[in-house]
Amino acid sequence: MSGSGAALEVRFVPDEEVLKLIADDAGAKVRKDKTQLADSAKRFVKKLENISDEEAQEILEEKNYVAALGICARGSMGNGSGVSGGEVYSFQTPKRSSKMAELASELAQTPGQSVEPGHSECPEKTGKTPQNSKHSSSNKVQQRSKKKEAVSATPYRLRKRLPVPDLYLESESEYSASCSEEEDEEDQQEVNTVSSGQKTPAKTKASCMPPPRNTLARKNKKDKMSNLVEEYFEAHSSSKVHTSDRMLQKLRKRRLDQQTLHDLLKKAPLAYAAEIKDLNQQHESLFSKWMLQLHLGFNIVLYGLGSKRDLLEKFRTSVLQDSVHLVVNGYFPSITVRSILNSITEEVLDHIGTFRSPLDQLEFIIKNFREDSSLELYVLIHNLDSQMLRGERSQQILAQLSSLPSIYLIASIDHINAPLMWDQAKLSLYNWLWYETTTFKPYVEETSYENSLLVQQSGSLALSSLTHVLRSLTSNARGIFRLLAQYQLENKDNPSYPGLSFQDFYQQCREAFLVNSDLTLRAQLTEFRDHKLIRTKRGADGVEYLLIPIDDSTLTDFLEKEDEDI
Amino acid sequence: FRGRTDDSEDVKLRFATCQSLWNQMKLETEQVQEDLNKQLFDNLVSFLRRSHSESQEKATEWTCQMKTREIPTAALVLGVNVTDHDLTFRSLSEVLQNSVTPYIALLEAKDCPGIKNLMQKLIGQLMNCYVDVDSFEDEDYVQVSQNRIRCSMTSLINWYGSVTKKTDSETPSKKRTSSSRHWQSPPVVVVFKDMESFTTRVLQDFIVISSQHIHELPLVLIFGIATSPMIIHNLLPHSVSSLLCIELFQSLSCKEHLSTIIDKLLLTAHFPFKLGEKVLQVLINIFLYHDFSVQNFIKGFQLCIVEHFYSQPLSVLCCQLVDAKKRVNSLSHSQCENIRRLPSFRRYVESQVSEKQIALLTADGFLKEVIQKLLEDLHVYHANYMPVLRCLHIFTSSLPKYPLGKQIRELHCACLENRVWETEEYESSLQLARMLNKSDLVTMLQQCVEILMSSSGKEFDKTVEKLKEFLTQFQKLEGEAFQERDVSVSSQKELQKKTDLYHLQKSLLELKESRRSKKLTKFEVLRFELVDYIDSLVRNYLVPADHKTLHEIMYFNTASVLREHLNAAPRIALHTALNNPYCYLENQALKSDGGSISNKAPDICIVYKLHLECGRLINLSDWLEAFSTVVTGAEGPNADAASSDQVDDVIHARFIRAVSELELLGFIKPSKQKADHVARLTWGGC
Repeated sequence: MSGSGAALEVRFVPDEEVLKLIADDAGAKVRKDKTQLADSAKRFVKKLENISDEEAQEILEEKNYVAALGICARGSMGNGSGVSGGEVYSFQTPKRSSKMAELASELAQTPGQSVEPGHSECPEKTGKTPQNSKHSSSNKVQQRSKKKEAVSATPYRLRKRLPVPDLYLESESEYSASCSEEEDEEDQQEVNTVSSGQKTPAKTKASCMPPPRNTLARKNKKDKMSNLVEEYFEAHSSSKVHTSDRMLQKLRKRRLDQQTLHDLLKKAPLAYAAEIKDLNQQHESLFSKWMLQLHLGFNIVLYGLGSKRDLLEKFRTSVLQDSVHLVVNGYFPSITVRSILNSITEEVLDHIGTFRSPLDQLEFIIKNFREDSSLELYVLIHNLDSQMLRGERSQQILAQLSSLPSIYLIASIDHINAPLMWDQAKLSLYNWLWYETTTFKPYVEETSYENSLLVQQSGSLALSSLTHVLRSLTSNARGIFRLLAQYQLENKDNPSYPGLSFQDFYQQCREAFLVNSDLTLRAQLTEFRDHKLIRTKRGADGVEYLLIPIDDSTLTDFLEKEDEDI
Repeated sequence: FRGRTDDSEDVKLRFATCQSLWNQMKLETEQVQEDLNKQLFDNLVSFLRRSHSESQEKATEWTCQMKTREIPTAALVLGVNVTDHDLTFRSLSEVLQNSVTPYIALLEAKDCPGIKNLMQKLIGQLMNCYVDVDSFEDEDYVQVSQNRIRCSMTSLINWYGSVTKKTDSETPSKKRTSSSRHWQSPPVVVVFKDMESFTTRVLQDFIVISSQHIHELPLVLIFGIATSPMIIHNLLPHSVSSLLCIELFQSLSCKEHLSTIIDKLLLTAHFPFKLGEKVLQVLINIFLYHDFSVQNFIKGFQLCIVEHFYSQPLSVLCCQLVDAKKRVNSLSHSQCENIRRLPSFRRYVESQVSEKQIALLTADGFLKEVIQKLLEDLHVYHANYMPVLRCLHIFTSSLPKYPLGKQIRELHCACLENRVWETEEYESSLQLARMLNKSDLVTMLQQCVEILMSSSGKEFDKTVEKLKEFLTQFQKLEGEAFQERDVSVSSQKELQKKTDLYHLQKSLLELKESRRSKKLTKFEVLRFELVDYIDSLVRNYLVPADHKTLHEIMYFNTASVLREHLNAAPRIALHTALNNPYCYLENQALKSDGGSISNKAPDICIVYKLHLECGRLINLSDWLEAFSTVVTGAEGPNADAASSDQVDDVIHARFIRAVSELELLGFIKPSKQKADHVARLTWGGC
């Protein structure tokens, strides 16, 4: 495979040079295209990820890639489910068809793109892909199958085109020729997608089931009828969602932890730094206005794309240096209203003591601020809409706090649905003035705490904490945990695995001589729970089920490591 | 305040003006609010007194025992503008405290998730009241009671008994004043601010429990209701609602409230600050289509004032005429330049003869004189504008279909927008006015005369006289009308006399002819005259403000600012930023046609664009692949195959960042349905 890939590459380079020649005439657009071609070449070398050159050519801008994605999803539906209802089609296809139209118009506009490398390559590829498909497991197919459709269709086009290539060498004539060419392709693609069932050669049938013809007809009819609303409900009514089954792991990319991620991102230069700076300077000129409006009893909320943290920080350092202020990092995962209130009472009011409830505390604060008019406090909240603060009660408390005349609140929101947090009463308490501050800055701090983040980082973190905690436990306790982990791994293929019931667990532990009574096990479990190593859940029948809330791969790693230790 | 950074020197003055103006207006609005609520509160107070005294009298009669199980309840229908309620309740409790009872508890649903919390809150508030009343009672008692109150009705009753006894016996000298103010045993008023949001159980329990104790504790409930009184019966089962003796009170609708506020703040010559047409439109629209909240309207108004004084350096002159004249004299050169830059002033200069033009543009002294004169003109214009506007409103508001709007604010907007007499609506309303009947006309005329008399403008003497003349003429017509009718009757009789067809036809034709020609009876002539006169008044006085020189000083017209800050659309901002980054980052590379974005866009935009193409679930690896293809495509040919591994890592990292940013923004969330998939949370284009 790799050998042929190298061969491919060798052939490819001259094409690129040819391209370069053309690029001098045809300008940026072509260059862009060329790079995409280069990219596709690279793919061949690397993974034989056979994005067909046909596609690579068609994809002139990312728009086209977008369309390709659409195709993927759609194609997968046809293939993956077999029984796929028309409803799913009608959800996807309108988008697709409109995309096609858009694409077509776009193609009509774009000056000629160089296509010739494709020709030189297609034969080999079409020859190769079938083998490839035999290798690939059937559940992997969806996206590829689409590509294969395109690929398998290429011979027809190739034949049509092969006489043409000489034309391309003259850049003058290229325009008209390729324009018609593109349209050709366009038609071709349409044909491909609509009647792929008929066209796909038998080789690919091994992996993909061609959708029967009548569903297609049905689909087309439905396209016209369905409107957006229906589509929505149809799309959400079917519990099955069809996407390709490819996994990140298959890409054999190592998972990045937070640190490497950070380092890598540092290497990547921030695009449009100058413009972003301009934008921020515009916002910074508003600082004095903000101050004035804060003092007049308004509170300020900032919205818009991009991290507003730096902006608020700048505001703090430039204007609030001499006044009492409190910065709340709302994105911090363990922030609570109580901690905000605590810092007000302890740091600002110098009150030592605890309160029974946040409401009491709030009352205390309000009373203090009402009585002492010299007290002034600026509260800066980054991400007022974060997970921890978006609750109704927290918002209520914050709103009441902000309604105090001597507390000045300036906050930022990011979530698209953030304004839904507030009802009329809260809005009037907050007394917001909205400021749009689109900064386009990356949310570095804000996202760094998000633990779900594509699971890339969570693995190592969880693993290290797991081993750390378990090391401090007795060997019996470790054994108990191992039992549970093993049981969970045995059942990892069962999607409705509820967990291990307490009784069964107790039985197993007894058999392994790990505990001697139900009470000791419970005590042990409580300890696990305190460390968040396990979670208990009551089933429908009232039985307690135990689960380890850690993903399977981490758990496997952990067990392996444990085995090594022993 | 230190906030203002613009170059002008009289910043402080401007701020002071702004503050004083705002304070005046605030006072005015509060006054308005109080006046409007007065009626309602009076009713409520009398109800409270009555219910209380009744229960006292009846308590002795055994026959009424059954009835006294009922708790007197006032249902206060306040309308949907929840945000205004707070103010109403606050003033209500003040009024009650002053006139009826010191024992008031205001309860909100959010404080009372259960009956226990409710009782706690209630007792806490009542005890505090008690502390307020005689503040130097022994502190210990209060402290202890606060800490260990068993929050039950019995403790409440004990407390009530002890308090009333105390006021009677212990401190007679001190209490005399208060007991003369309050009743002997004042009722305990419990106000449920937002009845709809209370849980049914809590309300039910509370009502049932307290109805058991109504003899010992003269309890009165007040329900604040936002929707309709039916809600009581929806919330409470019959068995519970039968324990209540409900009386309904309706507060003034928020629309009327708004009209009076506009009337008092905008349609007077008292306040120099005015709102431009667009701004007023925005504020009214927010009110009508978003919240019905007078509070928010006032807030918007405040923002207008602040914004105006902040952004317009010449707003120093936006004050009473006398002050303004003084301030004009002390204007600096740069301020004079500012004035010269005003578009309306330029227009004025251009209309002058050339020597004067030069003088205006060069000599500050002369300029100041002219400004004084112009300001005076402006003030006179305002003084005249309002009464005439009202007069016109009287005429137009009674026309069928209200071509110029029912409310005076609509008329005001129309007049501000452009020359009102050039609009179609004005034409049609004049047409309609020409068909009004006499009695209507007379009453309208009387009203107009009243308005013009009450206004201070000197120029209206003549107008008033003229209108009075019209009035007397109309009244005179009354007599003549009879005669006329006689004439017509006689002609009718004539008609009947003619029997033969030819004559009949002829006479009918004659009659018709005469109708057409001398159709205008005296009344009609007069009516035409009147309408024409009104028309002339309108043309004279209702010139739109932006045709006036120096209107920029007093009018705030940047509606966009207002809309941006009060009625923001965060989602749209986000959407445009993601879809069309060129709007914000003005880089040529980002410029694109139509809906597409170039592949040089910021990462998050690309990722967003790609995710739009997916269904409910998005496969991360597909996504990553598409992303890296786009990005490498953008990066150019130097990304050759050899270094691809390295590049890929960076791209991977960028992808992760972009995806987690999207997650933060709420477009996607991790999904457990399938490995390495995320769920899309939005639908359609955004």
